Amino acid sequence: MSGFTIILLILGLGLIAWLSARAKAMAFATPGIARPHSRPNYHAWYVALAAIVPALLFLTVWSIVSTSLIDQSMLAGIDPANLPADPAARGNLLAEARALANGEIANPFNAQARDLAPAYESARGFYAWTGFGIALLIAFAAGGWAYTRLSPSFRARTRVERIVMGLLLAASLVAILTTLGIVASVLFESIRFFSMVSPVEFLTGLNWSPQIAIRADQAGSSGAFGAVPLFWGTIFIGAIIAMIVAIPLGLMSAIYLTQYARPGFRKWVKPILEILAGVPTVVYGYFAALTVAPAIRDFAMMTGIPSSTESALAAGLVMGIMIIPFVSSMADDSLSAVPQAMRDGSLAMGATRSETIKKVLVPAALPGVIGGVMLAVSRAIGETMIVVMAAGLAANLTANPFESVTTVTTQIVQLLTGDQEFDSPKTLAAFALGLVLFLVTLALNIIALRVVKKYREAYD
Amino acid sequence: MTDLMTPPEAEAAPAPAAAPAPKMTARGVNVFYGNKQAIDNVSIDVFREDVTAFIGPSGCGKSTFLRTLNRMNDTVATARVEGDIRLDGEDIYDRSMDVVQLRARVGMVFQKPNPFPKSIFENVAYGPRIHGLAENKAEMDTIVERSLKRAGLWDEVKDRLTDSGTALSGGQQQRLCIARAIAVDPEVILMDEPCSALDPIATAKIEELIHELRGRYAIVIVTHNMQQAARVSQRTAFFHLGSIVEYGDTSGIFTNPRETRTKDYITGRYG
Ligand SMILES: Nc1ncnc2c1ncn2[C@@H]1O[C@H](COP(=O)(O)OP(=O)(O)OP(=O)(O)O)[C@@H](O)[C@H]1O
Ligand SMILES: [Mg+2]
Repeated sequence: MSGFTIILLILGLGLIAWLSARAKAMAFATPGIARPHSRPNYHAWYVALAAIVPALLFLTVWSIVSTSLIDQSMLAGIDPANLPADPAARGNLLAEARALANGEIANPFNAQARDLAPAYESARGFYAWTGFGIALLIAFAAGGWAYTRLSPSFRARTRVERIVMGLLLAASLVAILTTLGIVASVLFESIRFFSMVSPVEFLTGLNWSPQIAIRADQAGSSGAFGAVPLFWGTIFIGAIIAMIVAIPLGLMSAIYLTQYARPGFRKWVKPILEILAGVPTVVYGYFAALTVAPAIRDFAMMTGIPSSTESALAAGLVMGIMIIPFVSSMADDSLSAVPQAMRDGSLAMGATRSETIKKVLVPAALPGVIGGVMLAVSRAIGETMIVVMAAGLAANLTANPFESVTTVTTQIVQLLTGDQEFDSPKTLAAFALGLVLFLVTLALNIIALRVVKKYREAYD
Repeated sequence: MTDLMTPPEAEAAPAPAAAPAPKMTARGVNVFYGNKQAIDNVSIDVFREDVTAFIGPSGCGKSTFLRTLNRMNDTVATARVEGDIRLDGEDIYDRSMDVVQLRARVGMVFQKPNPFPKSIFENVAYGPRIHGLAENKAEMDTIVERSLKRAGLWDEVKDRLTDSGTALSGGQQQRLCIARAIAVDPEVILMDEPCSALDPIATAKIEELIHELRGRYAIVIVTHNMQQAARVSQRTAFFHLGSIVEYGDTSGIFTNPRETRTKDYITGRYG
């Protein structure tokens, strides 16, 4: 019997619970007797949830716990002398036996796995059946207990509401806890990094060359972890060049769409613009690396400016294009939120449309626009594909857009790809960079949302 | 062009008594929103010396007609205006008429106070700046002060001209909007239910203000409040279903209406 069947079975029990609870509640809902606290459906749902939720929770926990229980019971059933002494080899053997028992492989490396497989299979079967049995018992017990509680005065509605709230809370906690877990692990690795490299050097050093010699006699074995060139490259591409492109274009397109475009045109163009935001960034990356970068290099060569194939300008321009929808949709929202009365007031004073936009609408919408720009910046500095493909790896500290710079995200990818040991400062540096990136984007997002919210309150 | 002295329609009530030349005239005006006709063949004269009130049940087209007088309906994509509307004899829908100039001459105050999210000073200075009425800061100061004084707001705000206009009370905001309209020295001021968002005290202040402004500007006011129409206006037009049912001296309309529909409306038996 598979896990799927048992889930169906429990749901079936839930259905039966629902129907019988409803029947019972209907019986005491008959007119004449005092009005019950809750309508029959609430009683029905209460019993059904009682039958289903604890049983499913148990199954989830069981499926996690039983793997190690199975391993343990197998080890207990075999003479330890027959097993490899090395824990790694023992783990491999067990994994192979498990794969064999599951039918995932046919021929194990270690012939001994073949002997273990039947034992494994029986252990697994035993634990599966035990789990299923307990789950069904729980479903019966909890459902039956809930069923006996039903009475006209039983507050089933309140309980159901509370259970539903609990389920929703659990769902939102999953996302939050996962995020916290990620942050904690990044933080932990960063602390390890900062025990090897001083935070001051990391945050203020101008020299970035994380390569660490593999053999002690190689030159430059220490590596340099001054991340300022990376921060600069990130800001230069994401917050300067990209914004020089995205702010004017985004703002102007929003102004056109909200103030000038006919409704029919707006209906078509706005979604198309928003689709731009859904294009996978790797596509932009190709565009930057294969089309824009060579064009910029050719242009630079023609005009005699020294330049490299991978330029800050190419990555920044394409990033700017990618960001346009963010800026324009935020600006669009804030412009549309400026009350029509404001516009009418200005037009009635004899202001032209563009005067009205320049002197009344844009200033009134400015906080929202600024919030949008900050969100866009935080998006741009966290963006990876475009810069990996088009920005280059040289950690230059330069303001020349034709030169190659590198960014935080590019370096993280560099540091973590390939065979790496997880205890060298080179690898750990990636986590420190990630932490800085996380903190900066978090701050930007918080400020941006504050600004936008404050502004929204002003008009509602 | 229609002869100004002889209204083409019998229904269009001629101006009562022998009056000086009207400030604005409308003849045979129709307004459509898409295919729907909102104003049907309206003719009216507005005089400089008077306050003219538009009354009538909700949705009868008072706002729509008022907005034809400064071409604010141009800003509604679906609106179409037919007929002949003149300001001092000039056709305001003529090609040669510049709406920017027109709206400087025919100002407007809206139902809900709508000060710009700028300082009090900048709110009033907005129009003069657009129309280039002040040569320098001193002139602008004079214009702002004069407008705020005429709007009866100066004493309340003179110490905080740099505060935001939106931080004033509703009644003060509405007077600020009137000051803003006055600042460009218009000839006509259109007011669309200027007191409907205000409390009785603020309303009384605005009514007093309208009294003071009378004579300097031709004023057209839309109101749902019969007493207000009786108090502030010299002429009243009763709108119903997109047409003018009756137009004449306010005292005549209120004491001795010719039409039963007018009578029913002002005595509260209708709409
Ligand atoms: N922008 C518009 N688009 C389409 N129809 C409109 C528009 N504005 C007004 N109308 C219609 O025109 C008619 C007259 O509206 P208008 O606003 O002029 O009435 P009103 O007399 O000012 O009413 P109220 O006293 O409620 O302000 C109504 O039927 C209204 O639905
Ligand atoms: Mg109206």
